[in-house]
Amino acid sequence: MFADYSWTELGSIFAMQGFAGLILFSVFVLMALGLAIIFGQMGVINMAHGEFMILGAYVTYLCSNFVEAFVPALFGVYFFFAMILAFFVAGALGALVEWSLIRHLYRRPLDTLLATWGLSLILQQAYRSIFGAREVGVTLPDWLLGSVPLTDIIEIPINGIFVMVLTLVIAISVYFLMFRSRTGMQSRAVVQNRVMAGAVGINTEKVDRMTFALGCGIAGVAGSAFTMIGSTGPTAGQLYIVDTFLIVVFGGAASLLGTIASSFAISQAQSTMEFFLSGSMAKVLTLLTVVGILMLRPEGLFSAKIRR
Amino acid sequence: MINLKSFMARQDILALIILAALLFVVMPMSMDIFRLNLIGKYLTYAFVAIGLVLCWGKGGILSLGQGVFFGLGGYCMAMYLKLESSTPEATAIQSTPGIPDFMDWNQITELPWFWEPFNSLTFTLVAILVVPALFAFIIGAAMFKRRVGGVYFAIITQAIAAILTILIIGQQGYTGGVNGITDLRTLKGWDIRSDDAKYFLYFLNGALLLGVLVLCQFVLKSKLGRLLVALRDKEDRVRFSGYDVANFKIFVFCFAAVLSAIGGAMFTLQVGFMSPSFVGIVPSIEMVIFCAVGGRLSIFGAVYGTLLVNWAKTTFSETFPELWLFGLGALFIAVVLVFPNGLSGLYRSYLAPHVDRWIFRKPPEGGSTGTGAIDTPAFEPDPAARPAE
Repeated sequence: MFADYSWTELGSIFAMQGFAGLILFSVFVLMALGLAIIFGQMGVINMAHGEFMILGAYVTYLCSNFVEAFVPALFGVYFFFAMILAFFVAGALGALVEWSLIRHLYRRPLDTLLATWGLSLILQQAYRSIFGAREVGVTLPDWLLGSVPLTDIIEIPINGIFVMVLTLVIAISVYFLMFRSRTGMQSRAVVQNRVMAGAVGINTEKVDRMTFALGCGIAGVAGSAFTMIGSTGPTAGQLYIVDTFLIVVFGGAASLLGTIASSFAISQAQSTMEFFLSGSMAKVLTLLTVVGILMLRPEGLFSAKIRR
Repeated sequence: MINLKSFMARQDILALIILAALLFVVMPMSMDIFRLNLIGKYLTYAFVAIGLVLCWGKGGILSLGQGVFFGLGGYCMAMYLKLESSTPEATAIQSTPGIPDFMDWNQITELPWFWEPFNSLTFTLVAILVVPALFAFIIGAAMFKRRVGGVYFAIITQAIAAILTILIIGQQGYTGGVNGITDLRTLKGWDIRSDDAKYFLYFLNGALLLGVLVLCQFVLKSKLGRLLVALRDKEDRVRFSGYDVANFKIFVFCFAAVLSAIGGAMFTLQVGFMSPSFVGIVPSIEMVIFCAVGGRLSIFGAVYGTLLVNWAKTTFSETFPELWLFGLGALFIAVVLVFPNGLSGLYRSYLAPHVDRWIFRKPPEGGSTGTGAIDTPAFEPDPAARPAE
């Protein structure tokens, strides 16, 4: 399959596809980070994670329309407000869901899976009733349009760069939040030993709720970022949920670094193969490889050393 | 039969008789062939739900990929039927006569090698049972031997369902793509679309279902069944008692896979086509809800749960398509939070004591199976689900 291309062409193809892969990587990382916190840290399967992401996307869409109609002067920077709003809206819904649903099911992980699937169906239908079944897109401010020519055949879109920078910032903030802040310390303590954490005075219920809300909030931000590179429909979240779960499992559930590494591997593999094979075959091959590796090494790439 | 009483209590025999009467007398007498065919289609999902009772309810292995096996069984059957209806005479207008129409549309000029054996009915019937069993064995052996279970298993089976769907849709020329394999007409020259055939297939399906129920009852009452429950509740203890836990899990997973495949094959015969929309993530997880609504611990409950959910789906999605998804979503949540033992749990707590008293003249048993709360391990967090750092 490489024979038809010259070396320079191949180089450019890999560069372009690599860059497209980086954008996919950003989306994966943003979605998987939230999931890694909820699934990896708390052990809760949140099948509605994609719908929290789409919630963020719809919030951004509403913000974009609102700002465009009422305060056009701020249109260039609306995106930052939208993102913060998306974080809080998705986080608030997450806290509500944790309070009403998840907290009753901590001891039954498989049932959480079914319940959150039900939640995802309800949210999907709610989006469809409110926003319509059609996909919606946001208007990007001018400074995000266009692309930077790197060489004469390689061009890099600006919104892609922006999303990547955003991902970097969010990933670093999550790292500091989980590993360098008091909240993160408490949350990790609860995960490691719930009874002991309660005994030393951590309010475990509150920490659970905050952790879950944080994961959902990050999903909201992911959705917000997602609007910059694609359009949003009621069922768009479901498209990514399986990939995201695989990423988290592949990376080693308890490891944030593993999540990032596996997002990178999967997105790059998929996007590079997409150029040479059809999109569906690229996806099949990538997922099959991941499942195959997981069968050989079930604990994932970066595993916590535990005895089972 | 070794000892009838030891594996079928009187209540179970009564349940079997009632179900048989419902399927073979009440339904055919009260419905026209269209509705009956619809019921037959629902009943094919009941095979999957029964498999899930064994696998998930009793064994604690939640597979979110049962649609894969349903699809494998269905596709095997559909491939045979498609080849039979694609005779060179019937497909004379194609550029390559004698191959299925969708292959011709996709510029494929000869029958792919893996389609060849499906010219034989014997091979097809064997394949319906063996292919899913083999596939399930590979997955099960790889996972259970490495002690992967719980949510990880669920996620990986779900991923497999996703992969297979993408593959089927992507390889249009070999599989019929998103439309699936359609326009199936005859089985050994016998028109499966006629009313007579539909009646026959309905009864065949019902008989198979009852046979499967008896078989499952036998499995559950055997030592194997009790071991399954034991390894669901305290896997380590079973392992320390000297049992090879993985083999039991692999067996029950393969068994459930074969049941699903039988359902899939019957589905193809009764509905007349097979498509990837019965394979993927969404149908697979819906099959879990059939089982959960019926009661994840009761094989009879699973049949009623399947009938009820599907009937509700058909009725509501026809009249209130918007409300149906809300309803289904609420059902998922309710079945987990409010009545985790499903219909059979409700029956056992409220009706069974009266039934026992009136029919069997027996004092109600205290604390019989299933009256209490859900019996998943209540105090032992799944080690796979909450990895410690």
